[in-house]
Amino acid sequence: MDFQIEDEHELIRDAVRKVCADFPDEYWADKDKRHEFPWEFYDAMAAGGWIGIAIPEAYGGSGRGITEASIVLEEVAASGAAMNGATALHLSIFGMHPVVKYGTDAMKQAYLPRVASGDLHVAFGVTEPDAGTDTTSITTSARLEGDQYIVRGRKVWTTKALIAERVLLLVRTTPKEKSERRTDGMTLLLAELQRPEVDISPIDKVGRNAVATCEVVYDDLPVAVADRVGEEGKGFRYLLDGLNAERILIAAEALGIGRAALRRAVAYAQDRVVFGRPIGQNQGVAFPLGEAKMRLDAAELMIRKAAWLLDQGQPCGAEANMAKWLAADASFQTADQAMQTHGGFGYASEYHVERYWREARLMRIAPISQEMILNYVTEHVLELPKSY
Amino acid sequence: MKVLVPVKRVVDANVKVRVKPDNSGIDLSNVKMAVNPFCEIAIEEAVRLKEAGTATEVVAISVGASACQEQLRTCLALGADRAILVETDVDVQPLGIAKALAALQAKEEAELVIFGKQSIDGDNSQTGQMFAQLTGMSQGTFASEVAIDGGKVQVTREIDGGLQTIKISLPAVVTTDLRLNEPRYASLPNIMKAKKKSLDTVTADELGVDLTPSVEVVAVNPPAERAAGITVDSVEALVDKLKNEAKVIS
Repeated sequence: MDFQIEDEHELIRDAVRKVCADFPDEYWADKDKRHEFPWEFYDAMAAGGWIGIAIPEAYGGSGRGITEASIVLEEVAASGAAMNGATALHLSIFGMHPVVKYGTDAMKQAYLPRVASGDLHVAFGVTEPDAGTDTTSITTSARLEGDQYIVRGRKVWTTKALIAERVLLLVRTTPKEKSERRTDGMTLLLAELQRPEVDISPIDKVGRNAVATCEVVYDDLPVAVADRVGEEGKGFRYLLDGLNAERILIAAEALGIGRAALRRAVAYAQDRVVFGRPIGQNQGVAFPLGEAKMRLDAAELMIRKAAWLLDQGQPCGAEANMAKWLAADASFQTADQAMQTHGGFGYASEYHVERYWREARLMRIAPISQEMILNYVTEHVLELPKSY
Repeated sequence: MKVLVPVKRVVDANVKVRVKPDNSGIDLSNVKMAVNPFCEIAIEEAVRLKEAGTATEVVAISVGASACQEQLRTCLALGADRAILVETDVDVQPLGIAKALAALQAKEEAELVIFGKQSIDGDNSQTGQMFAQLTGMSQGTFASEVAIDGGKVQVTREIDGGLQTIKISLPAVVTTDLRLNEPRYASLPNIMKAKKKSLDTVTADELGVDLTPSVEVVAVNPPAERAAGITVDSVEALVDKLKNEAKVIS
């Protein structure tokens, strides 16, 4: 067993930290308040080649693994950018995985270099109002007419829909009741998004307001057959294939928010003097921060292990799920404790911990709830009966 | 034109350093280390000369423990073409470093050697000057602007109360001041390329130099904590205190 940190990973961490240092907490608070996409930050990360980190070298990326991608997203979140920064990049860093793995060469040539350079934004259209985690119950459908599919239906929680040129859209090409298995009959399309047949409405939400998440209605949107990813009917399986990587990256982002919150809490506990001494001298303030540190470090170990397994091509479902649960839990507890440490000022925007708190809360819900992870662990790891 | 850039591994500028309990030095255990910021400026200047077509090769050099390879990798990621580590466990001092670099220069025969003007740990500001003396090269220190013009280098120097512009002949030594340039950040593609660049290691013995320190550090003490100020009730009291307590006027 070896915990030696690779030089290259330190270089990556350092370089990302330096880019992020040009975008302080005030920048993110402002973008969050104005509901503005952080273009300056996005462009700086694109210029450094960070967006293409996990895209194969043959298609303009750097072909690194989930370990390296998770380090980038962790550092982005830990800089204070939190999810406003991480989400701006996340989909471009990892969202094209189904295309990388199952797309035709022509499709890869056409889209991947543009994603790697930061030029092409792609959103993800999977969840529907009546089919959340129960993905096989989606009803958005596509019917084949000549050399194009006609898409009709409604998606929610499509992040970046306002700015994305394309969307990776999961549609039913065979209704659930006519499919042999419920996981069959779904197809993945790389559809154009900014079209008159598409209606996009941002959803008001608690936090991460620099990056809009939207409800999207598709009213007979035509999609060329050439823009279908892989085979018809296998879209759900293509998505499942990327779930572990997504869990790990999300966990790393949650970890980053926790690190940012803890940094601010510790600094405040050092500086804030009440009754003639720094509040951090009181064990009631100090101990929960010590606990937060331990929880974050423990979550990080699970993230590293899951990422390592995935990059080695080994099964990592249990570890990836556990990493997400542990990191989301540690992140929110830390952000909540950071707010508690700041007292009344923690509730004020000026100290930024309320922004971390709003965004850390999201990590216990999205992209999968903590409860569904417990379902995974109890059913697939402990082999208890399935509950749903 | 070949350019050598000596770089030093130092404690990261953002770390709050602590003196060891026995006052023998700074506690460096588990402390983040980095390329000395002035050396980063030197690397940036060399890489810009290469991008402008003036320099043909940029070689980063460090003298110290094997951990210095980390900083040399950073330099390679910032655009240096290759790197050399003079590996030693000796706690090297400016004169030893300058000797080791002079021995390397005898082999490399670079036309320009760009140093940081000082390192943020020792703050000696000696190595560049000592190197110039040992090699007999001309020197332009504390540069805020560098222009290569044929066989000459025009160096704008930051001096007390203003700027001084000098012209020196190649081969030359330049030491960088803070305002010379703003170093770039390593990009991911360059970090990847850095892995394939060569990083050679030599020992002081192989170079035939003696790195034994000539200065002994007796004690390292943190600066005195600043005491709270007081309010004086008259100009006379102020003058009296400045004269008799602070002794800054007489």
